[in-house]
Amino acid sequence: MRSVAASGERSVVDALRAGDEAAFARLVRDLGPSMLRVARRYVETPAVAEEVVQEAWIAVLDGIDRFEARSSLKTWIFTILTNIAKTRAVRDGRTVPFSSIGAEAGEGPSVAPDRFLGKDARFAGHWAAPPERWEGADRLLARETLAVIDREIAKLPPAQAIVITMRDVEGFDAEDVCNALDISETNQRVLLHRARSAVRQALEDYLR
Amino acid sequence: MTAYLDGALSPRDTERFEEHLAPCDGCSAYLEQMRATIAATGALRAGDLPPVLEEGLLEAFRDWKRT
Repeated sequence: MRSVAASGERSVVDALRAGDEAAFARLVRDLGPSMLRVARRYVETPAVAEEVVQEAWIAVLDGIDRFEARSSLKTWIFTILTNIAKTRAVRDGRTVPFSSIGAEAGEGPSVAPDRFLGKDARFAGHWAAPPERWEGADRLLARETLAVIDREIAKLPPAQAIVITMRDVEGFDAEDVCNALDISETNQRVLLHRARSAVRQALEDYLR
Repeated sequence: MTAYLDGALSPRDTERFEEHLAPCDGCSAYLEQMRATIAATGALRAGDLPPVLEEGLLEAFRDWKRT
């Protein structure tokens, strides 16, 4: 079970409606860090991202009586968040992520072409420098390694960063991300693939 | 590959993907690295909110409750 929101979602909604502060605090701690990460990619500064998150939670509370569970609570909360973040980005005159998906998907291959054998080689198209298996799960989950991932996500184009945060950090499924961000399944997959490829490359460089 | 990891390929394409993968050490290792990357990215989740923000949200909750 990945989150408070997924487990006994109905009871979380009931608790919020009943004004249960402990339940609210748990939900905030559960979803808040990813919300902040996503908001950060829409707006100029960390301080504005915090304002967006605060505004989103107030909208969640104001709307909780009308929440009809047509999507999961988590998806509903992130839909509210991204809409508020978008509004804020527009007001601040920033380019809104997902407004030109093609450009943000990024160009170029997911693996550097020189990792493969050229067309004149006997095994053209096969790996010239194949990836190695990573030993030691401990190292992969070490604090320093996670910091490498965090920095790499921060460097990604916003749309890619938002999609990988929702899919792989927060554990949304593809359909929920498409719904919350109002993007097609194909776009979602391309952005996720680009983002994962970049993080994988960063890890490969770091773990070498 | 992302479609494969999402289980979004047709049974026929899944089979072809796996047929290619099985004898290819490079691609198998690459797929394994992708899985490890996804797992490690998931471990980022346990972040903390800035305490001031968390306190502000609880404050907002109390205000909301009063109305």
